[in-house]
Amino acid sequence: MRTRMQSWSLVVAASVFALPMLSWGQLTQYDLETRMGTESHVGNVTGHAKDAKTGYRRYCVGCHGPLGDGNGENFPWVDPKPRDFQLGIFKCRSTPTGTLPTDQDLFDTIGRGLDRSNMPQWNALSVQERADLVAWVKHFSPRFASDKPGTPIQIPPEPEVTADRIKAGRDVFARVQCWKCHGVLGQANGPSASTLQDDLGRPIAAFNFTDGSRPKCGSTDQDIFRIFMTGLDGTPMPSFADNIKPDEAWDLVFYLRALMPQKSKERDMAKQLGLKPVDMNAPAAQQ
Amino acid sequence: MRVSSRLHLRNIFQFATSFAAVALVLTSIVLTCSQPAHALPAFARKYGLRCSACHESWPMLNYFGQKFKDNGYQLMNDRDAPIWQNPSYWPITLRMTPFWSRESTNKVAVDNAALDATVEQKLTTTGFTLSGLDILTGGTLEKNITFLLVPSADETGAFHFESASVRFDNLFRSPWLNVKVGKFELDSFISEKRGLTLSGSGGGFQLFHFIPVGDGNIFGQVGDNQIGAEWMGHSYNDRTRLSVAVFSSVDGNVDQPYGQNSYTAFIAGSHAFGAGKLGVQRIGGYAMFGQAPTTYLTNGGVPLPGTGVGNKSFSRVGFEGLFYLGSKLDVQVFTQHGSDDKWFGACFGDIITGTCDPFNNNSTGGPGLPDGARNPTWNGAFVETHYIWNPQFLIFQRSEWIRMSQQAIPGTPSNLGDIDNYVFGYRYNPFMTSRAGFAFHNEYSWIRQRGTSPVSGTDLSTNSLMLGFDFDF
Repeated sequence: MRTRMQSWSLVVAASVFALPMLSWGQLTQYDLETRMGTESHVGNVTGHAKDAKTGYRRYCVGCHGPLGDGNGENFPWVDPKPRDFQLGIFKCRSTPTGTLPTDQDLFDTIGRGLDRSNMPQWNALSVQERADLVAWVKHFSPRFASDKPGTPIQIPPEPEVTADRIKAGRDVFARVQCWKCHGVLGQANGPSASTLQDDLGRPIAAFNFTDGSRPKCGSTDQDIFRIFMTGLDGTPMPSFADNIKPDEAWDLVFYLRALMPQKSKERDMAKQLGLKPVDMNAPAAQQ
Repeated sequence: MRVSSRLHLRNIFQFATSFAAVALVLTSIVLTCSQPAHALPAFARKYGLRCSACHESWPMLNYFGQKFKDNGYQLMNDRDAPIWQNPSYWPITLRMTPFWSRESTNKVAVDNAALDATVEQKLTTTGFTLSGLDILTGGTLEKNITFLLVPSADETGAFHFESASVRFDNLFRSPWLNVKVGKFELDSFISEKRGLTLSGSGGGFQLFHFIPVGDGNIFGQVGDNQIGAEWMGHSYNDRTRLSVAVFSSVDGNVDQPYGQNSYTAFIAGSHAFGAGKLGVQRIGGYAMFGQAPTTYLTNGGVPLPGTGVGNKSFSRVGFEGLFYLGSKLDVQVFTQHGSDDKWFGACFGDIITGTCDPFNNNSTGGPGLPDGARNPTWNGAFVETHYIWNPQFLIFQRSEWIRMSQQAIPGTPSNLGDIDNYVFGYRYNPFMTSRAGFAFHNEYSWIRQRGTSPVSGTDLSTNSLMLGFDFDF
C-alpha cells in the first residue's frame, strides 16, 4: 500500500515538473502579450506592434497564423509554405548570414512581396501600417529581444559592364558551383536541384534565371549582389561572402543578367561573344 | 395659348408627382434587391487571402483591394495568369441575401369606396424575402488580360448582364495604360456596387441615380453600369488614379434602344496621400458630360427605338473623398452638382419609364418647350462613416441630402424633389476565412422626398428595417 502511494506521488511530482518542460519553447498568447511593446524604426517612422494587431489579422493571419508560426488556414494549400516568424530566420536581409534582418529589410519585404509565393506586394498599405507590421512580425520571435540585427553589408559601386567581366562571371558561376542547383543555363535544373530542402526539411526549388520571374529579394543589380553575400537564410542558398570577392560578385551579377530573358546590355554582349555555358565537367567547375 | 400652357404644366406636374411617389418606393426596393455588389471569394481562394485583405468589410474595398482591382484583378506576381492555377479552380462567386424586412411608407394612394376617391394612407408591410442573385465571375484570361462577367437576377429570377467587360492591363508594361471595353461600373472610388448598405430605403446612393421630378433624362446616372470603353491609369502604388470612359447614352441597356448616336464621357481622378497615424487619405473628383435624345420618330404614337433625335446635354460633377481617422474610423464624402438641359427638365426624352407624356416623344409633331423652361440644376452630398470595431464587425451610417437649386418649370415649388436619406446599421462576420463570405446584417433607413406624395403632393417618406444574412461563396 505504501509502495503504491509512493509511486503515485512520484507520478504527480514528475507531471508537475514535466508540464512546464513540455511547453518549453512553445510560444503562448501570454508571451506575445508581454512583447506587445516591440517597436520598429524605418526611416523616421516608428512602428508599434500593438498598433498592428488589426492589420495582421486583416492581411496576414490567413497564411502566417495567429501565433506567427506560419500555420494559418492556408498552410496546407500554399507552396512555398508561409514563413514561421517565431524562428526569427529571414531570407531577405542586408545583414550577414545567421544574423537578424534590419527593420528596413522586413519593411522592404512587406512592400515588395515575394514573387513565386503567395506573399503579395503590400505597398498599398501606408508606411506607418507597414512599420507597425514590422514591429508585429518581430514580436513573434524572442531573438529580436535578445539579439541585435547584423550590420548591413557594404555594396561597392557597380563597375562598368564589359565582355571580360561577363566571362569572368561565368567562371565564378562555375567555380562556386552555382550550376549544381541552378543548372548550367540557369534553368534551375542542376544535378542537386531535385534534392533541395529548406531548413525545415521541405522541398524547395532553385531560382530559374531564364523564365523571366523576379528574384525574391529584389531585382536590381544591387539586390542580386546582396543575395550572394548574405545568402538566403533558411534555404540551401548559402552566403558566398567568404568565397568570392566583391569584384567577382559584380562579375557574377553581370553573367546572371546575361542568362535572364529581359533585355539588357549584358545579354546583348553575351550574344555577341557567343558565350558558351559552363562546362560542369571542366576541372574548374569541379573544384 | 397661355391657359393651354398652364394646363399642360399642371398635367405634367400631377403626372410627375404621382409617378415620382411610386418611383421613389420602387426605386428604393429595386436598388436594394437587384444591387449587384462585387466581392469575390473566388479571388480569395485563388490567392489565399482573406476577404479582409481586400475589403474594409466586403464588398467595400480598402486600398489594397483597390490596387488589386486597378491592376486588373491581379496581384502582379507569378500567380496571376490562370495557367498557374490548379486546373480545378473555378473563378465563380454566388451572392445572395435572404432577409426579413419591415417597410413603411407614410402616404400611399388607395381607393376609398366611401368617398369614391383616391386617398392617401400609411402602409406598413413586414415579411421574409430575398435579394437578387449575383453570379460574379472574373479574373485573368491571361496575364494582363482580365474579364468580369456578372449575370444578375432580380429577386424574381429575371436575369440581365450587370457587367460584361474585358480589360487589357499594363499595356507596354505601364500601369498608366489599361483599356476596358464592355459594360462596366464607372470609375468612382466611392462605389455603390460595393456599398455596405442593403435596406429598401437606404441601399443605394440617391445621388448616383437622382433625376429631378418630372425630368426625362434617364441617361445620366452615375450609379448604373454603362456600355463603352474606358482608359484607366494609375501610379505604381495606386496612389494616383485617372480614368476616362466614353459610352453610349443608353444607360447600360443593350441593343442601344434609345440613346444611339449619342455619347457620354465620364472622367475621374484621385490622389491618395499618407497622413501619418491617421492613415492614407484619398481625394478626387469626377465629371460626367453627355448628350442624349429628347424626341423620337413615332409609329401610331409609339416611339421607334433607334430613332432618337434632338440630342441635348447633361452634366454631373463632384468631389469625392475617403478619409481615415486612425485605424478604426473612416469617412466617405461624395458631392454632386447636376444639370440637365431644359428639354429634359420639361420631361422630354424618356420613352422607357413612362414618366413623361408620350406625346412629348414625337419628334415630328410633339409640343414645344413650356414657356420659361430652363435647365434644372441641383446640388447634393452624402457622408458615409464606418467604424471598424475589428475586421469582423463594422458599424456604419450614411446621411445624404439633395437640394434642387433650379426647377425646370417656373412656378414649381423650389424644394420639389429634394431628398433626405439617413441609414445606419452594423455588419458582423461571425467567421472570416479565405474561402467564403458570410455576414449578419442589420440596418435601418429613412428617406423623405419633398412634395411627391401621390395625391396631396406633400412630403413622401419611407423607412425600412432589415435583418438578413448576406453570403457569398
